[in-house]
Amino acid sequence: MSKMHVKLKVNGRQVEGLAEPRMLLVHFLREELGITGPHIGCETSHCGACTVDMDGRSVKSCTVFVAQANGAEIVTVEGLTNPDGSLGVIQEKFREHHGLQCGFCTPGMITRAHRLLQENPNPTEEEVRFGIAGNLCRCTGYQNIVKAIMAAAAELNAAKEAAQ
Amino acid sequence: MTDQTMTPEERAASLEGMGCRRKRVEDVRFTQGKGNYVDDVKLPGMLFGAFVRSPYAHARVKSIDAEAAKALPGVVAVLTAADLAPLGLHWMPTLAGDKQMVLADGKVLFQGQEVAFVVAEDRYLAADAVELVEVEYEELPVVTDPFKALEPDAPVLREDIKDQKEGAHGPRRHHNHIFTWEQGDRDATEKVLAEADVTVEEMIHYHRTHPCPLETCGCVASMDKATGKLTVWGTFQAPHAIRTVVSLISGIAEHNIRIISPDIGGGFGNKVGAYPGYVCSVVASIVTGRPVKWIENRMENLMSTAFARDYWMKGRIAATKDGRITGLWCHVTADHGGFDACADPTKFPAGFFNICTGSYDIPTAYLCVDGVYTNKAPGGVAYRCSFRVTEAAYFIERMVELLAIELNMDAAELRRINFIRKEQFPYASALGWEYDSGDYHTAWDKALKAVDYEGLRREQARRIEDFKAGRTRKLLGIGLSHFTEIVGAGPVKNCDILGLGMFDSCEIRIHPTGSAIARLGTISQGQGHATTFAQILASELGIPASDITVEEGDTDTAPYGLGTYGSRSTPVAGAATAMAARKIRAKAQMIAAWLLEVHDDDLEWDVDRFVVKGAPERFKTMKEIAFAAYNQAIPGLEPGLEAVSYYDPPNMTYPFGAYVCVMEIDVDTGEWKVRQFYALDDCGTRINPMIIEGQVHGGLTEALAIAMGQEIAYDEMGNVKTGTLMDFFIPTAWETPNYVTDHTVTPSPHHPIGAKGVGESPNVGGVPAFSNAVHDAFRAFGLRQAHMPHDHWRIWRIAENLGLHG
Ligand code: FES
Ligand code: FES
Repeated sequence: MSKMHVKLKVNGRQVEGLAEPRMLLVHFLREELGITGPHIGCETSHCGACTVDMDGRSVKSCTVFVAQANGAEIVTVEGLTNPDGSLGVIQEKFREHHGLQCGFCTPGMITRAHRLLQENPNPTEEEVRFGIAGNLCRCTGYQNIVKAIMAAAAELNAAKEAAQ
Repeated sequence: MTDQTMTPEERAASLEGMGCRRKRVEDVRFTQGKGNYVDDVKLPGMLFGAFVRSPYAHARVKSIDAEAAKALPGVVAVLTAADLAPLGLHWMPTLAGDKQMVLADGKVLFQGQEVAFVVAEDRYLAADAVELVEVEYEELPVVTDPFKALEPDAPVLREDIKDQKEGAHGPRRHHNHIFTWEQGDRDATEKVLAEADVTVEEMIHYHRTHPCPLETCGCVASMDKATGKLTVWGTFQAPHAIRTVVSLISGIAEHNIRIISPDIGGGFGNKVGAYPGYVCSVVASIVTGRPVKWIENRMENLMSTAFARDYWMKGRIAATKDGRITGLWCHVTADHGGFDACADPTKFPAGFFNICTGSYDIPTAYLCVDGVYTNKAPGGVAYRCSFRVTEAAYFIERMVELLAIELNMDAAELRRINFIRKEQFPYASALGWEYDSGDYHTAWDKALKAVDYEGLRREQARRIEDFKAGRTRKLLGIGLSHFTEIVGAGPVKNCDILGLGMFDSCEIRIHPTGSAIARLGTISQGQGHATTFAQILASELGIPASDITVEEGDTDTAPYGLGTYGSRSTPVAGAATAMAARKIRAKAQMIAAWLLEVHDDDLEWDVDRFVVKGAPERFKTMKEIAFAAYNQAIPGLEPGLEAVSYYDPPNMTYPFGAYVCVMEIDVDTGEWKVRQFYALDDCGTRINPMIIEGQVHGGLTEALAIAMGQEIAYDEMGNVKTGTLMDFFIPTAWETPNYVTDHTVTPSPHHPIGAKGVGESPNVGGVPAFSNAVHDAFRAFGLRQAHMPHDHWRIWRIAENLGLHG
């Protein structure tokens, strides 16, 4: 199958490559770029393990062709680590509140939480639960994930206030 | 503060040992997407394998034409049974003493069965090639009902063994019959039932479901032709056993096989078995000389690897008028699918289902299980439970509720008067187990008090009045469950898998500077072993947990063990860890004695050091001792500080718990909402309460899924109706409640640190709690038994059948 040239920004870095038009974004990230944070749990857009941020929206990268992402700006869980290599706020809160077990849903969950808190910096517990309902976790029962996201919201808001 | 000025308590706290809510060491990697799961493994020249699968549940395979697939550029090989037969690999042994087709040999027995294996340069090409393989089938009559499968004129499913009268577990009495397993005293039980004041009889179905970890199964097989060494990375819950199995069936010498379980994205029993995908990947790598990756997609996962449950449990329970249970009778028709691939210890074809007398002192009992072949997928794994324990717990917890209805008694009170009493432990059950320890009454009273049980019953009574008066359309269900688990398989004298004793192991090396590495025969799939096993060692050795690396999953480096499932890691490998640490401490004591120029017996252990009795200022810390082990020539002692322990547990452990679920049910829509869930777990000594709570949250959510909607359902043609995550229910954060966790601590008397294991308790106890809540809501209107899963439609049906829709 003939390949097409794609160019996109991933975690702040400009990348390009050749891909079949049918290639899924998740495979391009994982196999062509070696960005293995986004995981594959279903390939049918139900589980959310492959969630990435695309131009400021959460998308399931198993349901987006890389061709559709041409020119887009993508953020994966790898891009949420602080520049000095320390854990970003949401990552740290997941660790602190035991918001993960096997870790397979975690990259998608954290990436989704990152976008959720941009959309709604002050969510109620209900809003968090609704906001991450597109991401399945088989291990944690969500209780500590919700706690972690609420704690991250509080910390991010406090930091914002302090900066003002 | 130096360790000179710290109190013993401060020193102990700084170790982050047992009992500490230590943060997980795994999470720094996982939260950054730096885990290394099997699909992340990428080797030079790696090929991708994919299966051609049967669309039919029962059919003869007339022909397979792979020419078009082979002609597709980028396709390297297509394997069929004909290619595997010369190697003797077209069938493989199952864990249950049966055998299973690796690739269809003349016929298929379930939808989704593996027919051919395509190997191509990338996963897209492999998928293309799968479409090009032409298979001609002749459909055969399908049996999906295990009762029909046993009718005299039922179609013969397993033609390969149709005349075989003797199976792996005794005589077979029908061509679709696998085994009969009997426990207890049949005649005595019949007599008790005949003479009892009260008896209840009911059929209880625990439907077929699937563990469905978020990561599916898969592997990367790499045969290095130059060295003759085969390395397989894969989602293996039992890597060492897999190595032995691969060696036995392939003929490759065991030392030339290396099995590596990398990070595993959840297992829950799905990743215990050996699957055709592993065999085909290994063969394909040998044939092509290149590494071969196989990753199942979600539909393949749900359709072909490792179903769970599917037990039809007919029960009879006998009691006196005032509620003393006198006998229990149970017959199970167990639907095993097309091949008997249950993952149970060899001598237990129905696992530990004979724990079905539960938490109750039942003097007389009888159990009989019949295993049956049907046109469904093979499996029968312990989905987040010890072998068939969740079926047993559900059975007895329903039977007790039914008895309460019959006696017109409160179900909590009925349980209380029948619990095994604290002073009866160790308790010999009528079906052959010796319960190690328990204090059920204390746990039960604590649970009922915590939820204000009396208050809930009063509220429920008011609700029923309001409902009858037309003031509400919602009912309130109070779901009770008191479960006793049996985990930590198990004593080698009666527990083995494929002849491999179910001990487990730990090897510890203390480095000269006082840090350490420990390797175990188990493998974490999210349980946090790297965190908790280091805590056991910290407490036993006085080395900070943060100075201890825990490694598992590489058969070239880790000591042999039977792996992680059936909540066996803490009871078995955890014990091995403590025992190995104690060997180290014994040698450390000798070293300390030599350094301090005293007799061994003049020393006592104090958190992280040996101290001369009566002279607290004279001591040697573990760190100092470690250094001495490597730089002093100590008469009579070898240098170094290492130990290994292979622990054969003297008994199982018996965690237990008391759960209460409060559920609101909408009679008109069948919708449910869990308003409150209280879970008290007693898992003996608690190593890391944070991780225990996390395990309970997760296990309860899996129980919620199973009780309230999750099912592998088939139509009459044997088509899987729930093959995607659209149809197969997994609760989201939206329908999952918050749980309140609590505990009592009754240590196991035979375990070196008193721990019992916890990962599976919440699933075992949770399913009856959720299901009993649904039943309880309708008890006042005459409901006895309604089969799970209780999805909205089925709950609506209950209300409809009871005439509650007016
Ligand atoms: S893999 Fe994309 S949603 Fe499941
Ligand atoms: S942590 Fe395992 S799926 Fe969420």
